[in-house]
Amino acid sequence: MIINFLFAAIKAGTPLLFGTSGEIMSEKSGNINLGVEGMMFMGAFMGFYAAYHTGSLALALLAAFAIGVFAALIYAVLTVSFMANQNVTGLTLTIFGTGVAKFFGEMMISKSGGSPKLSERFLASISEKPIPVLGDIPLLGKLLFSHNPLVYLSVIIAIICTIYMLKTRHGLNMRAVGENPGAADAAGVNVTLVKYVHILLGGGICALGGAYLSLINGGGIWNNSSVVNGQGWISVALVIFASWNPAKAIFGSLVFGAFSVLQFYVPKNIIVIPNAFYVMLPFIITTLVLIISSMRKSREGSQPAGCGVNYFREER
Amino acid sequence: MEQINHETMAIELKQITKTFGSVVANNKIDLSVKQGEILALLGENGSGKTTLMNMLSGIYRPDSGSIFINGAPVTINSPEDSIRLGVGMIHQHFKLVEALTATDNILLGSREKGIFLHKKRSEKIREISERFGLEVDPEKKIYQMSVSEKQTVEILKVLYRKADILILDEPTAVLTPQETTRLFEILRRMKQEGCAVIIITHKLNEVLEISDRVTILRKGESVATVTTAETNARELTELMVGRPVELAIHHLKTDFHENLLEVHHLSVADEEGFETLKDVSFDLNRGEILGVAGVAGSGQKELCEAIAGLLPLKKGAILYHNEDLAGKSPNEIIKMGISMSFIPEDRLGMGLAASMGMVDNMLLKKYNEGKGPFVSKKKARELAKKLVKQLDIVTPSVDTPVRRLSGGNVQKVLLGREIESEPNVLITAYAVRGLDINSSYTIYDLLNEQKKKGVGVLFIGEDLDVMLELCDRIMVLCHGKITGIVNAKEVTKEELGLLMTDASGKGGDAHEV
Amino acid sequence: MKYKIQVVKKAEVSLSKNLLLSLLAIVSALLAGGIFILAIGHNPLNIYGSIVQGAWRSPIAIKGTIKIAIPLLIASLGITPAFQMKFWNIGAEGQIIMGGIFATYFALFFDHLPHGLLLLLMFIAGMLGGGLWGLIPAYFKTKFGTNETLFTLMLNYIALYLIKYFTEGPWRDPASSGFPKIASFAKNARLDQVLGLHAGWVIGLLLVVLVFIYLNFTKRGYEIKVVGESTNTARYAGMNVKKIVMRTMFLSGAICGIAGMTQVSGAAFTLGEGVAGGVGFTAIIVAWLAKLNPVIILIVTVLFSMLEKGCSVMQSSFGLSTAVSSILQGIILFFILAFDFFTRYRFVLRKSTN
Repeated sequence: MIINFLFAAIKAGTPLLFGTSGEIMSEKSGNINLGVEGMMFMGAFMGFYAAYHTGSLALALLAAFAIGVFAALIYAVLTVSFMANQNVTGLTLTIFGTGVAKFFGEMMISKSGGSPKLSERFLASISEKPIPVLGDIPLLGKLLFSHNPLVYLSVIIAIICTIYMLKTRHGLNMRAVGENPGAADAAGVNVTLVKYVHILLGGGICALGGAYLSLINGGGIWNNSSVVNGQGWISVALVIFASWNPAKAIFGSLVFGAFSVLQFYVPKNIIVIPNAFYVMLPFIITTLVLIISSMRKSREGSQPAGCGVNYFREER
Repeated sequence: MEQINHETMAIELKQITKTFGSVVANNKIDLSVKQGEILALLGENGSGKTTLMNMLSGIYRPDSGSIFINGAPVTINSPEDSIRLGVGMIHQHFKLVEALTATDNILLGSREKGIFLHKKRSEKIREISERFGLEVDPEKKIYQMSVSEKQTVEILKVLYRKADILILDEPTAVLTPQETTRLFEILRRMKQEGCAVIIITHKLNEVLEISDRVTILRKGESVATVTTAETNARELTELMVGRPVELAIHHLKTDFHENLLEVHHLSVADEEGFETLKDVSFDLNRGEILGVAGVAGSGQKELCEAIAGLLPLKKGAILYHNEDLAGKSPNEIIKMGISMSFIPEDRLGMGLAASMGMVDNMLLKKYNEGKGPFVSKKKARELAKKLVKQLDIVTPSVDTPVRRLSGGNVQKVLLGREIESEPNVLITAYAVRGLDINSSYTIYDLLNEQKKKGVGVLFIGEDLDVMLELCDRIMVLCHGKITGIVNAKEVTKEELGLLMTDASGKGGDAHEV
Repeated sequence: MKYKIQVVKKAEVSLSKNLLLSLLAIVSALLAGGIFILAIGHNPLNIYGSIVQGAWRSPIAIKGTIKIAIPLLIASLGITPAFQMKFWNIGAEGQIIMGGIFATYFALFFDHLPHGLLLLLMFIAGMLGGGLWGLIPAYFKTKFGTNETLFTLMLNYIALYLIKYFTEGPWRDPASSGFPKIASFAKNARLDQVLGLHAGWVIGLLLVVLVFIYLNFTKRGYEIKVVGESTNTARYAGMNVKKIVMRTMFLSGAICGIAGMTQVSGAAFTLGEGVAGGVGFTAIIVAWLAKLNPVIILIVTVLFSMLEKGCSVMQSSFGLSTAVSSILQGIILFFILAFDFFTRYRFVLRKSTN
């Protein structure tokens, strides 16, 4: 029972982990991108579309990643090169991305004459199966090593992002750009390039989360109205919860995932809590985290100081 | 002169021009520095020194003109280019990432090989700092550092990259005399190793002490380059200002003998509980200018803000005619009928609302006057127009955002407004910082006028020469404590310097004078 | 020899040039949108024509357009004082919802009261609900410096799920057997019609005037601007910054709450999860586009609503998804965002050796 619950929590947390890792990349380089929801939506459509036509998981993920990079490129051009307001640009990207996904989603539905369904062969390629040997470990095997491949991908990406951020030269440059672009610039870091690279990477990773939603959660059928449904915004919340650290986001996504499936596992006759509060919990907890971290006034684990402000070298 | 031809020019700037909008910051400037030479770049505030150097460091790009480094023509499009050419600049406002350690700040943007940061990278930095006799903890985060520590990190950053052209923008402004001496030792050492050094400053004694040659800028143009050994302070000042200057500041005698403000055992703590002011006691008389001297960050800002009611006090009393102002907000102080004016250091960020015009700024402390919910701007407009006439404020209109005015005019708007409120106590923090000499003297005159009227002036200053002339008494702060209150007529600059660093040797403990 | 594009800051641009740039932005946006329409196999002129027609062709269409405009207008006006203070309130969505929830409480349980009194109560409750939802982040911002952008964002979702709670729990309509929903309001709790449309539009227009006066001519408005400039300047002037921030955020939330109240009692006659429906987010864009000027907000709101209403006929006339509206909105906004750059900066081409 508990294993089943945690297993479901991991599954539910995975798209969030993608979204959060992606958004952390962007925010750590100083750009808060509120377009996560839109980028995920575009990734959801593109991933499904490619899977539907090619039947290849690799191509589906690649396509999703590419559309995420494209969406983030719009954001990057506007905020980095044209120095547009980050909040407004991000919100616009959400409107635009949602529109694009729904528009082409509907086109796909009308062309296929009904609801487009992924092939059995493809569904098999993303099914949950135990990893040989590791999957046979009692309890842990089921819990950790019997997932669909995208779950592992999300964890690997989060770990790579963390190592990159904290242990490499480029990661250091990126953190510096996010904290104080003026100082990074004076030290010879190409601020524009660093921002572009990380916003684009972040967008691609976010879009993978969208692909997860349409490929795995959708059960192989395209559902135009409720694919992403706020998961992008929860990812933004999770960034705060994870204090801008993708490794912590692995744990955080588990917690958030757990809340979203908790209602199906709590024995209803013993604990009576309205369903709405389960889905509300991640946001309440995130708010509390936000308040507590501001009370501690810690510089570590809070939003990068340069986040939200565009950089212009010759500003006087 | 023949000698120069045989030596390699480390830097040559030819006919450099840079404009910002309609303002010409640099107009056809020529400048050169040899290897193994220290050049002082001297000029008043706003003469274009920093702008010119920022074109070497890649922050700005010239509109026209050419740059040669070690004899070869170069284009510097970014700080990256500049670093590659061996130029290292230490900016007046440090370019450090507060959330990172000293080590990571130094390694930032380096072109070394390898993807990963070294685990023991701090050791390497420690070695270098020891080799140059610099003290800094490589693992300390910048936001936990003092100003001089931060400057050390900036110097290390340049040394680490083996820059052979070093530019320092007003490096001594934040240092004690001892730290300045240490810095100069390092600069001389770099000079011996063949580096070219440019030091931006407006302190004449430092120019004469450290430099080989001096290039003087005035209003964005290069007016002269002289050999330091062949010049003197008077000549340099004349070149800088463009005319012979009467350096003496008029000292006014008044006869009031009345105590106005008494501060008793005042202590202020910052958010982390660190005491920025410790047990400060003094009094201010009518018709006197009381100077406050000290190294930057010794508690001057806190002292002003505490008296003005902008900071909560930890303990102590501030008596104005025996009424205690401690714990009162500015609003309450105004309501008590006490007319106190404060000219803060941060003029546009505290004394004025930068995007508002003069009219709206006149309202700042008076908007609440009058009944009803609406703001009345009539009187403010009249006042603004009056100030423009009286103080020769240069502005397109009284509704132009004040941030678009020059530094001197901004200060006139601020000071003008405060003086118009007819204060009994006037607190000024760095009243002439960033102003040219003409504007500075206008400000001194205005202060003397107030003194004549019987106003008590608390003058937070940085130029000791000015303070010795202008003030009646000088109070010296060090680490938030008063290390002495002395009569300006009976003290020398050197004595003040010793008080500023608290050479009594008791590690910052105050001693009564 | 290579050339490099560089960015240079402009001196301040005159109003007429600004207008010209805005116009240019819109024209380019329409061109780009046209390319998109062409790409999906339609004639841009036809589509644009039918959008305008769809929004204004009949009294019913016009009413539809205005109905979309009402909450957007009120919410944009609500955001304005907060933004003027540089308090980045992106929680209008939640504030609208809370306004709706509070108003619904009275609509459901006090419908025996006289009509006028009930509506007044609902109006005040709506303001209170939205206002409190704005006050919470303001309190923490002034107390601990808690990041308000992220805080208000979170509150949106908490509010949204509160509706879910009320719908599934205490306020569930026992009469509806299937999907849980809240009962329709009694006649008594419905907003009156003025000229054939619920009175929200009158409230909206009144608010345009009130917000304009409040921000530009009152002492409170002056305080908001000074705090927005610099909190240090405000403290220096003897202002109580905490009080001003909290008061202004209460006001900002309260105005958004009015939008929620008019939605539940004028448009939907019930409370559903779609009560705000993203209006709170669009309002941020509108307020920003209008440079926080209430009169321009009115104009921008009408344009936005026209686009949305006009696009709703796409389905019937061209067989196109209504999502076209979001795409066109996005494209137009992207262009306006990009063109805003040229009011502050310009590009120059420079030679570059090595």
